[in-house]
Amino acid sequence: MNVVIINYGAGNIKSIQFAFKRLGVDAILSNNPEKIESADKIIFPGVGEASSAMKMLKNSGLDILIPKLKLPVLGICLGMQLMCLETEEGNTEGLGIFNTKVKRFSTSSKVPQMGWNTIYNLKSELFKNVNEYEFMYLVHSYYAENCQECISTTNYQLEYASALQKNNFYGVQFHPEKSSQAGEQILKNFLEL
Amino acid sequence: MLTKRIIPCLDIKNGRTVKGINFMDLRDAGDPVALAKKYATIGADELVFLDISATREGRKTMQDLVLKVAEQVNIPFTVGGGISSVEDVDILLKNGADKISVNSSAVKRPELINELANRYGSQCVVVAIDAKKNNDEWIVYLAGGTIRTKLNLFDWAKEVEQLGAGEILFTSMNNDGTKKGFANGALAKLSTLVNIPIIASGGAGTVQHFTDVFRRGNADAALAASVFHFGEIDIIDLKQELKNKNIEVRL
Repeated sequence: MNVVIINYGAGNIKSIQFAFKRLGVDAILSNNPEKIESADKIIFPGVGEASSAMKMLKNSGLDILIPKLKLPVLGICLGMQLMCLETEEGNTEGLGIFNTKVKRFSTSSKVPQMGWNTIYNLKSELFKNVNEYEFMYLVHSYYAENCQECISTTNYQLEYASALQKNNFYGVQFHPEKSSQAGEQILKNFLEL
Repeated sequence: MLTKRIIPCLDIKNGRTVKGINFMDLRDAGDPVALAKKYATIGADELVFLDISATREGRKTMQDLVLKVAEQVNIPFTVGGGISSVEDVDILLKNGADKISVNSSAVKRPELINELANRYGSQCVVVAIDAKKNNDEWIVYLAGGTIRTKLNLFDWAKEVEQLGAGEILFTSMNNDGTKKGFANGALAKLSTLVNIPIIASGGAGTVQHFTDVFRRGNADAALAASVFHFGEIDIIDLKQELKNKNIEVRL
């Protein structure tokens, strides 16, 4: 299986690569459009700040390429947020794949949300063999608003979309690569799509 | 609901765990990777690796160790000890650390926090603060409690939040090693002053101490070393007990 992790300079992607290695898959890191388009599965990671990440995508033309991809794409954390319409972080326009907006948590509780929280209302083959209310590891200050494309819900201050799906595009706010066995199951499911 | 986190801390010297470790069925308790994997399987929510090597070779060994941990462990981990520059952080994050913690270097040059937060995001910047209560005032100390600063704990905590820290790891020097409970008063006050997560450290001795640190200290996470390493407290039993007391944990 040819898995490509889109490498556009955003954050810690070693953990994702290692998580696939634990599943027996050597994922490659690339920002080369030909390699990305010829992959079986594509991971769109992202840790850091939205507007600078978007700039890096634009510099390499990936902002045009990603929405046109036909094979399964999994956005993780900021990657998922950048696949939405827009984000309040740096007032950044997103790739517009998911029809929802990304907002900042209020100061009514601690920001960022950091740690393990549950996912529920699971509605996708991405969650095959994953229990309702399974725990996932999350670290984020911005969240995607609930919408039609929501395939898992999490509650922190309010109910928000912790995973999204539209056609071949999937996005998860949590870090499956850091979420113990349940996270590994989700990555395995993605490989089997 | 977001759960309270239980975090074992591993002290590392030249790539090996120090402080005697008497841990279940591990053949080599000095091997940090084996210990980390064990903790991940028995329900630790996160791990902290504190590098206490004093040499350049020791630091290099730590960087290699981070790569091995990232390769084999499927829960998040923080690396601290001796980090003083953006370059130090860069290699640790590239090798797969999820967060790094800075302590003395941030006191000496507070802009470091800002530089790290801008470059890598606040989510991976933990500021560790060691403090001691003297005559009713909490004072920040450096170098394992040997160097007294002029900083007040609460003022410094507010400042590191403003500079972009994503989390504070607060160790009470008065409580550390006593096994008589965490510094819940200071912790509770910290939680009202800053709006970033607080990891409590220093003083864990019994299961009740963890209940107290979450209930009375309002901590978001509790860190301990010897009670876990020596098997005095079993993490699964601890979490079950917290759950019985209606404290949200991951089980």
